[in-house]
Amino acid sequence: MWDYLKLIVLALVTVLAAIAANYARDFAYQVHAILVMLVAGGLFLWSVRKTGDPKPPTPTGYMDGVIRAGAIATVFWGVVGFLVGTFIAFQLAFPVLNFDWAQGYANFGRLRPLHTSAVIFAFGGNALICTSFYVVQRTSAARLWGGNLAWFVFWGYNLFIVLAATGYLLGATQSKEYAEPEWYVDIWLTIVWVAYLVVYLGTIMNRKEKHIYVANWFYLGFIVTVAMLHIVNNLSLPVSIFGSRSVQLFAGVQDAMTQWWYGHNAVGFFLTAGFLGMMYYFVPKQAERPVYSYKLSIIHFWALIFLYIWAGPHHLHYTALPEWASTLGMVFSVILWMPSWGGMINGLMTLQGAWDKLRTDPIIRMMVVSIGFYGMSTFEGPMMSIKAVNSLSHYTDWTIGHVHSGALGWNGMITFGALYYLFPKLWNKTGLYSLKLVNWHFWLATIGIVLYAASMWVTGIMEGLMWREVDAQGFLVNAFADTLGPKFPMLVVRGLGGVLFLVGSLIMAYNLWMTVAKGEPKPAAAMAPAE
Amino acid sequence: MSKKPVKKQHEDPETTGHSWDGIEEFNNPLPRWWLWTFYATIIWGIAYTIAYPAWPLVNKATQGVLGYSTREEVAKDIASFNEANAEIRAKLVSTDLTEVENDADLTRFATAGGAAVFRTWCAQCHGSGAAGAVGYPNLLDDDWLWGGDIEAIYETVAHGIRNEDYDDARYSEMPKFGEILENEEIEQVVEYVLSISGQEHDATLASSGAVVYEDNCSACHAEDGTGDRSQGAPNLTDAIWLYGGDRESLTDTVVNARYGVMPGWSNRLSEADIRAVSFYVHNLGGGE
Repeated sequence: MWDYLKLIVLALVTVLAAIAANYARDFAYQVHAILVMLVAGGLFLWSVRKTGDPKPPTPTGYMDGVIRAGAIATVFWGVVGFLVGTFIAFQLAFPVLNFDWAQGYANFGRLRPLHTSAVIFAFGGNALICTSFYVVQRTSAARLWGGNLAWFVFWGYNLFIVLAATGYLLGATQSKEYAEPEWYVDIWLTIVWVAYLVVYLGTIMNRKEKHIYVANWFYLGFIVTVAMLHIVNNLSLPVSIFGSRSVQLFAGVQDAMTQWWYGHNAVGFFLTAGFLGMMYYFVPKQAERPVYSYKLSIIHFWALIFLYIWAGPHHLHYTALPEWASTLGMVFSVILWMPSWGGMINGLMTLQGAWDKLRTDPIIRMMVVSIGFYGMSTFEGPMMSIKAVNSLSHYTDWTIGHVHSGALGWNGMITFGALYYLFPKLWNKTGLYSLKLVNWHFWLATIGIVLYAASMWVTGIMEGLMWREVDAQGFLVNAFADTLGPKFPMLVVRGLGGVLFLVGSLIMAYNLWMTVAKGEPKPAAAMAPAE
Repeated sequence: MSKKPVKKQHEDPETTGHSWDGIEEFNNPLPRWWLWTFYATIIWGIAYTIAYPAWPLVNKATQGVLGYSTREEVAKDIASFNEANAEIRAKLVSTDLTEVENDADLTRFATAGGAAVFRTWCAQCHGSGAAGAVGYPNLLDDDWLWGGDIEAIYETVAHGIRNEDYDDARYSEMPKFGEILENEEIEQVVEYVLSISGQEHDATLASSGAVVYEDNCSACHAEDGTGDRSQGAPNLTDAIWLYGGDRESLTDTVVNARYGVMPGWSNRLSEADIRAVSFYVHNLGGGE
């Protein structure tokens, strides 16, 4: 029965997508309709061929296939995202790289959202989904709930990424930072995300452990809040059912406020809460030490969840936003400082009694540096939210540096650590192919981040000072273009930092590949079953 | 189904007694410095929201006991500069534009103020150094489309060129000769223009082109090709080209014509600002 229903749905989607492709009002929409048609049609054929096959016995034990796929996707999208990021860094330093023949497809304006979405949603999102599936099974001692629904989440999410990325290149964007995909892509992501929530909650409800482990609180906070943010910020009316354009429901400053409520909490719940979930599992596992303080984990979790959601207005200081909203955004951001640091303390102090591992284990070193960057950027963030500081830092490269010390340092490094932990486990190997290569990755990435952050501090503060410089009679001293010349050397340094980070990630990809291909298999003792 | 517990050391504090996949948790208290700093930020936050506009109520938000507002601060800043400059601004408005350079104070003020206006409003098209770009005239040289004395520059800045916002905007329109002339004639007239601007050209075609030019172009660009400022028709005999002087660009210009638009500024900038930026541009080097 279910098989036939599935066939009918797939056939319907194929036909509807073909109709949509025929009536498409713009090229991006047409490409997407054809893409959807091919995917649904392919699935239909595949399902037809499998219908009537004897059903394999219901599998038991942990469901790790989808996690293996997610881990591979994480590495792949990571390399893609870093590559595009490095390229656009050089486009800013050398505008000639905005090639004439690629205008309208590969100029900075098109590639920039491709870079941000590739690293945040493709790399970060796949990392979060696959690690959360891994962690929730282990800490609940239960198999993922919902059978193949987890596979739907994986493939559905990656289809979303492909639709988003191709849309950017072809010009389908609603021009909201980190929420660029157009309405139909948003609807698709909503469906996938609800499936993700259902799988996750189902697994937790099936758990054999009495209590829910702290990592799962953070993952769950991330999943629920991102769903809410995504839906509210993407409320829009399509201009036509056959076109990619849509009109936002909110306008003016309300739209701006909704956007930055979303934008800031994408940082708060996607890049902070979600990755803290990762940290709370992989750091104690790799360090083989208990978590430092249960109390601290409770208090900082609830404080973080409650406070983060109010901090968005600090992205709109000195704009049309009412003064009171601006003040509240700033105050909540500053109070958020300690709750953010709670995660850092719990991560670092978990290493108490295992500090010697820093010398011998490059993966632990990666995690420690990651937590260090987390602490640094969660101090820098509240500081930059203070109006007086913001009046200097806003719109400058300082913001870019801040984001990247968080993204490359915290999100990148903790994910690398988790991947190095996961690959041997998932492919049942005794260990990584080479710890020496991990060490190389560690140093390249760390030096890359330092070059990136330091150069952006320098240009950011410099251009902030140049923009605000007025002479004795109140006239502006510099044109915007006057700041570009002095920034040039720092833009090159930033690009070089990106190159180092990219090379590190390629070394990681090679190392993980070799681990899977050449690693020594673990003796037969099968993976612990979920009973 | 916990696996081997993680290594514990004998001086370790108590754990909570749970274990997930081998992970345990210590029952350590909250670090004191962390807790007190957290409290301190909360107390600061409450005080700050009392002092500054913060809490939304039914009709409006609390305004804060200090009565501070960023908008008022910036308005105050602007007002103080306006007040300090009021006298000299008034003087700039009342002084004849040609007389400004005879007054040292006015010259200083108009140069600094004009440069600031230029960087803010004009640099996007004309470049921050005023050297222009393809389609946007260079303001440093002495080649002027609509006149280069300070009165003419003032007029261009105030009302702009070919825009729909000002009835007084400068206006002229070159016809699309692609719709009027034969391809052969266009080819000839382009060779002629190449010849009068001293470039490499085909002499036979150019001599036929002279006739085409005489019939179609000379009314605006003048018989000798030196242009006509009253119509904004460029001089074709010099080496300065707004849209390029090579064969391909010239053909494009003749076939499709050009229609460069400049916005007017008299509704957006104050009289003093327009005067200052006119003075600044006039003084860049090419002013007449």
